[in-house]
Amino acid sequence: MQDLGIRVLFEGNNLLRLFNGLLLVVELSAIAVFCSIILGICMGALMTLKNPLVKFLTRFYLEFIRIMPQLVLLFVVYFGLTRLFGIDLSGFTSAVIVFVLWGTAEMGDLVRSALISIPQHQYDSGAAIGLTKPQIFRYIIVPQTLRRLIPLAMNLTTRMIKTTSLIVLIGVVEMMKTGQQIIEANRYTAPSAALWIYGTIFILYFILCYPVSLAAQALEERWKN
Amino acid sequence: MATDNLLTIEHLEKYYTTEQSVLDDISLTVKKGEVIVIIGPSGCGKSTFLRCLNGLEPIQAGNIYLKDQLISTKSTNWSKVRQQIGMVFQSYDLFPNMTVLENILLGPLKVQNKKQADITPTALKLLDRVGLLHKKDAYPRQLSGGQKQRVAIVRALIMEPEIMLFDEVTAALDPEMVREVLDVVLELADGGMTMLIVTHEMQFARSIADRVIFIDQGRIIEENSPDIFFAQPSTERAQRFLNMFNYDKKNKETRSF
Repeated sequence: MQDLGIRVLFEGNNLLRLFNGLLLVVELSAIAVFCSIILGICMGALMTLKNPLVKFLTRFYLEFIRIMPQLVLLFVVYFGLTRLFGIDLSGFTSAVIVFVLWGTAEMGDLVRSALISIPQHQYDSGAAIGLTKPQIFRYIIVPQTLRRLIPLAMNLTTRMIKTTSLIVLIGVVEMMKTGQQIIEANRYTAPSAALWIYGTIFILYFILCYPVSLAAQALEERWKN
Repeated sequence: MATDNLLTIEHLEKYYTTEQSVLDDISLTVKKGEVIVIIGPSGCGKSTFLRCLNGLEPIQAGNIYLKDQLISTKSTNWSKVRQQIGMVFQSYDLFPNMTVLENILLGPLKVQNKKQADITPTALKLLDRVGLLHKKDAYPRQLSGGQKQRVAIVRALIMEPEIMLFDEVTAALDPEMVREVLDVVLELADGGMTMLIVTHEMQFARSIADRVIFIDQGRIIEENSPDIFFAQPSTERAQRFLNMFNYDKKNKETRSF
């Protein structure tokens, strides 16, 4: 029975189909992470402003996104927008929107905490040797902020990669869905295929996330203090 | 305005709310080569006073002149002024993302647009003078507090300032590191550097100062030569302050057994 299970993996173009699913995961994650970093930096900078209205709005946005489970957000965008406004988005587009909304909120909070963790006297001593405001940011604040930020941003990236498995529920055929299709198709001929397929998906996710996680650890070690 | 006055402060006022003034009608002239020590209780405004002089704190009224130039204006180019007024702070405030040498060269390279090859020998010479040439490639986290503070002094000196402000530079140091930093400051005084020093080290203040300013609650209470100030302060407030540094065991003489 066992050998029948593993056979399914190599039957037809099953493995290739799984890889295509993986590519979709990579594509979604890459777009989402890239946009989240850009928008998150803006959001984080906004969050350090003293203006009470800006403070309230950014805080509200962050808490709202955090409280909502990602799945609910996916449903709201995918089904809700169609129902309410007649906007018909593809599953993939909806997923990109939700992941960018979520990533921007989380990334913004990381940027905010990294920025405020730079003590005031770093700004003062930069100013005291005659550096202008932009120079202080460029040579002193940004490099220190990045050191604190990059390991945290990498952890967020692995979280986002893993969370892409939810988009199967709005009908996007990614790695999980492809796996399920293969399993269904072989239900009678190879009942043990599920173990092999899901095992393969597990390994693919691992290959995707582990290097990011390793890199985060290595950077953290290198930039200690 | 007399040209040997390097810094002139006229009726400086600083407050956050109108009821509570932080600095009240401070006037002071600093001659070239003069060393002025500012002392006073915590929170009296002495650190704030130094920070007003190089524009880190805005002031509400009064004038500050650097030589003949009025620098307390809205349009002051502080980047220019701060190259002439060096400042060293209490916290060891080196930039942790740069080596010692990079810390020192940041100002000359980015603010004064000097060439690395031209300025590096000066940096190394200054580092050698404070005994830290061997640490030029170290990162700040690898230095002791005293060493960081000496590098911070070099970082200010390399801009070739006309005047140096020292804001309690030894207050956060372990006692055995205080000396190595103060020795550097003493050497500067011997070299004729004009300095305004806020400190709690009374022995040091007495030996380095040409003039002592005593500030309490944002006002200059007394201005005197160090010998007179520390032996016989003319105000009762200064007397009380200095008494805090004397420790008397009450029954020491009366014990006869």
